[in-house]
Amino acid sequence: MLKIGVPSKGRLMEKTFDWFGARGVTMQRTGNEREYSGAVDGIAGVELVLLSAGEIPRELAAGRIHLGVTGSDLVRDKLADWEVQVAELAPLGFGHADLIIAVPDAWIDVDTLDDLDAAAGAFRAAHGFRLRIATKYHRLVREFLTAQGVADYQLVDSQGATEGTVKNLTAEAVADITSTGETLRANHLKILSDGLVHQSQATLYAARAADWSEAGAVLRALAGRLGVKLPDGF
Amino acid sequence: MTTKPAIRAEAERLYAAFLAAGAAPVEADILLPADTMLDLYGEDIRARAYVTHDPLRGEMMLRPDFTVPVVQAHMAHGADPARYAYMGEVFRKQDHLGPRASEYLQVGFEVFDRAAPEAADAEVFALFSQALQGLALRAVTGDIGILMAAVRGLDTTPRRKAALLRHIWRPKRFRALLDRFAGRAPMPPARAQLLERLAKGSPSELIAQAAPLIGLRGEAEIAARASALIEDAGAKPIAAPAAALLYDLLGLQAPAQSALEHLRGITPLLPAIAPAVARFATRLEALKARGVDTATLAFEASLGRTTMEYYDGFTFAFIGPADLPPVASGGRYDALTAVLGQGKSIPAVGGIIRPNLVAALKGAA
Repeated sequence: MLKIGVPSKGRLMEKTFDWFGARGVTMQRTGNEREYSGAVDGIAGVELVLLSAGEIPRELAAGRIHLGVTGSDLVRDKLADWEVQVAELAPLGFGHADLIIAVPDAWIDVDTLDDLDAAAGAFRAAHGFRLRIATKYHRLVREFLTAQGVADYQLVDSQGATEGTVKNLTAEAVADITSTGETLRANHLKILSDGLVHQSQATLYAARAADWSEAGAVLRALAGRLGVKLPDGF
Repeated sequence: MTTKPAIRAEAERLYAAFLAAGAAPVEADILLPADTMLDLYGEDIRARAYVTHDPLRGEMMLRPDFTVPVVQAHMAHGADPARYAYMGEVFRKQDHLGPRASEYLQVGFEVFDRAAPEAADAEVFALFSQALQGLALRAVTGDIGILMAAVRGLDTTPRRKAALLRHIWRPKRFRALLDRFAGRAPMPPARAQLLERLAKGSPSELIAQAAPLIGLRGEAEIAARASALIEDAGAKPIAAPAAALLYDLLGLQAPAQSALEHLRGITPLLPAIAPAVARFATRLEALKARGVDTATLAFEASLGRTTMEYYDGFTFAFIGPADLPPVASGGRYDALTAVLGQGKSIPAVGGIIRPNLVAALKGAA
């Protein structure tokens, strides 16, 4: 049996069902509306596992599911050395969102990471602590800022309403997901011109640590049906 | 596979050698308060150290290295001068699967001495060299003090010098700044637009027009940086010959004695480096006196430019297999003692050996 993890609700689930459905693999939820169980038709040996999108990276890393659909931002942020743990099979073309760094609109002197770095240096000297950037994407943002040589900042954890942290004085800048930028604008924040950390979209991943002894044959049949080229090692 | 007892035996041997060289033994807690280290190293250390939470003492950290606790202990109640040796586990998260350990022993030796810094540099290097004798290692030395002196001596604004010095340990950012200050990289379009707007109105008007001001960073701070940008736009680029010397210095790699001749050759063009070059010469004499062949000893001017160490003078490394960290490394960190000393400071030089790598090399031999 090949287990495939799919987001358990909302647009991400519907779009995932549509994507597979358009390729002859029908997925649906079964039982009553509140029950997290599903079924797959059109191909034998595939079991649908409905999960929170945020848990799919961890389940893939552990090899408890063979395939999983989730945002590329979540995989890259939650999994160290993600390419060693999972293989990207196909970008699915929906669930687009950009992880960006934003600062108050009123910071007329800051437009690039270079400016942010200089502002952080002055901020630390004036306030006695590092400039705070609120985010829930710690790994992605830290790796990005380290690679860019930005100094004198610190990341503070924000699991929701991140755009409000600046007004609430718990951060000076934010690193968050945006698709239209509307929430940022409403909160008087602007995106740095070179502050794009990651362009995320829903992606189909395969778990390298899963037991493929029996599921391998199912994967090859499924890949043929989906028109997906399998990477080395599968 | 090198066994733990073999590694510990190697550590004991190195530790005994450091004690025999006149060091006082020093111990440090494994569980350290995180705030000092986070303030000093920022997100770099958060990515590399195991941070945990204590219900009463707040954020704590599994000892990521000995430098900070040893410097703190010395500043609090150390004799002056002092030599210390230590041995113990350090813990570093590894973000990539591979041969690098996340828990390993370090054996270290540190000298706090105001009298003759170059002699202390040579003493540490010679001691490490002797302790690692017989292993197939490549010894490399460097001197970040020369680079810093060159930056301080540039004919440019104090603000530009400060920006370069702030990023001396981040080679990529340093390079980008230097390219811009030397006129090699074009001004980003957004900066040009901003300068145009600033030319038309005062910063406070522009801030008021932009949006409601939110957050802790105030109008005065924004206006101050806007003024600094205008001022900087008017500064002339660092002259091409001076910039070329700095690029040359960043990439300088040569046997130490030849590097000294080269640096003496460029000193008339960059007179500010003269004292640093004189210290380099004194150090080479001190190394020679300890039997080090400076005609073949490798020198790389940029060795040790990393944010996790903050070296600001002599640096050294003993390098083994390419996929592993150096078997031993160290350097001078005078500025760090000033940061940690709350007003006090003392010239300091030292380094660590990784006994697991020494034992592995001996086991493979």
